Amino acid sequence: MRPSSEIITKEVERTIRTPLNIARIREDFPILAQRVHGKPLVYLDNAATSQKPQAVIDSLARYYSSQNANIHRGVHTLSELATYEYEKARGKIKLFLNASDSREIIFVRGATEGINLVAQSYGKKFIKAGDEIIISAMEHHSNIVPWQLLCEQVGSVLRVIPMNDDGELLMDEYDKLLNSKTKFVSIVYLSNSLGTINPVKDIITRAHKRGIPVLVDGAQSTSHLLVDVQDLDCDFYVFSGHKVFGPTGIGALYGKTALLESMPPYQGGGDMISSVTFEKTTYNALPYKFEAGTPNIAGVIALGVAIDYVRAIGMDAIAAHERELVNYATERLSATDGIRIIGTAKEKASVVSFVMENIHAHDIGTIVDREGIAIRTGHHCTQPVMKRFGIPATARASFAFYNTTHEIDELVKALVKVKEIFGA
Amino acid sequence: MSSGLNDLYQQLILDHNKSPRNFRKIEKATHNAEGYNPLCGDHFTVFIEMDGDVIKDVSFQGSGCAISKASASMMTTAVKGTKKEEAEKLFEKFRSVVTRDIHKEVDDLEELGCLGALAGVAEFPARIKCASLAWHALHSALNSNGAVVSTENANAH
Ligand SMILES: Cc1ncc(COP(=O)(O)O)c(C=O)c1O
Repeated sequence: MRPSSEIITKEVERTIRTPLNIARIREDFPILAQRVHGKPLVYLDNAATSQKPQAVIDSLARYYSSQNANIHRGVHTLSELATYEYEKARGKIKLFLNASDSREIIFVRGATEGINLVAQSYGKKFIKAGDEIIISAMEHHSNIVPWQLLCEQVGSVLRVIPMNDDGELLMDEYDKLLNSKTKFVSIVYLSNSLGTINPVKDIITRAHKRGIPVLVDGAQSTSHLLVDVQDLDCDFYVFSGHKVFGPTGIGALYGKTALLESMPPYQGGGDMISSVTFEKTTYNALPYKFEAGTPNIAGVIALGVAIDYVRAIGMDAIAAHERELVNYATERLSATDGIRIIGTAKEKASVVSFVMENIHAHDIGTIVDREGIAIRTGHHCTQPVMKRFGIPATARASFAFYNTTHEIDELVKALVKVKEIFGA
Repeated sequence: MSSGLNDLYQQLILDHNKSPRNFRKIEKATHNAEGYNPLCGDHFTVFIEMDGDVIKDVSFQGSGCAISKASASMMTTAVKGTKKEEAEKLFEKFRSVVTRDIHKEVDDLEELGCLGALAGVAEFPARIKCASLAWHALHSALNSNGAVVSTENANAH
């Protein structure tokens, strides 16, 4: 892939490898034109949440100004229109994840609710006292706590795949953890605090050899990597719409039909039933069995629009551009004295976490904020990761396709200022 | 550097961060408490040796950002040798200054002495908890010895 000519400078190489018209793309995101503390906003907190293109914002306004009605409940025109748009969005997500059937897509509030749903529905039914659940050392709290809750409820045991100093999972240790008591594996695809891309396909294959189902936490991967749930062969996959340029409060759970069919409902209410008497209730078919109550209709439709937007740009182009950003940021930050990158896995995407000698991440965050730069500082809801690396917190720059190398230069400039203030 | 940052990261604060005072454990402490901010992981233990009603010695240990560490350090120098009620009064005063409406003048900053250096925190709402953390631990040590106080408890704001 490398241009053969040695005279091509890095700058040009970068342009060749990143064919996206970023300036044009940025025009679609009104928030990016803002100034913060009088400086142009440099938004590098995409792992926390991504910004929204105008099309998504318009979709929310359009829904409430001309389509709002409850779904699956009326014969009137608006209700039919809202139902049609809602189900169309499900179809878009099915295509985006390459699920085999739209009924395998369940709308939830986000990755967190998706994991809780699986833990409480699948877990409570199929995981018993003494059984083991495997997660990894780099999980977000939302892929730790729901399993701990389940363990408390049923008496199962949580086992953790350790990682090396680069932030890569130790696959040999994973093999050792797998045993006849293992009943579930739940693993993050792309780590939000380290940027590590885990070998989930391999992890799934090894679990399936023993008939163990695997949930993939796709909260970060969905907006950065091409995801194909059939190719991965994962049993469950969860993601949050707000990290994929859609609204907050909406996300999806993918589950294989047979598994979803075997699971009891997560919540009871309207829409999830097919008939109710005081003696007995029959549950609705998939996916409605898991969608009790009036859902976030506007959010679902707008999420569909966000997915359209991402697919139009293309996950391949997005991944290529972001690889450049990660490489460039890694290069520039490593070249700056006093900065150490946390998370140096060979396979990485979209996230660069770092610490500065004798300067706490919070102070970094406050100072660069005054330069208009938004980064996240803290433990990123992954306290065990911080403990593993023996640090209280990191500063984290996380990218989306609308970020530029210029913005990384601005970050580095601001970090030099941090050092000046601290006399480092 | 913007004026807000100048106020926040004054020389005095940077100095206390770099060389915190009373940064040690008191072996014969009569009171202690932990202060913890779960949102950012800042974590301090405050040790007190009381002599009757007087804070004979006070110290702290732990880790946190420059603001929380400097504030803890400055707090120990401010309350050492004072009576319990005086320390509590100072806390109230300090709290009202760092949480004040930044558009209003603070007229009685002198009462705070060197703690007044932290008045600039008011302009950074996200950092108010950092500045108050050690104070909450002190308060808790004085009143419910051995407790762990979190900035996310209702009484910790
Ligand atoms: C890896 C990972 N998993 C799960 C989550 C939880 O996502 P949400 O809060 O949108 O449910 C996040 C969000 O930060 C994440 O980064």
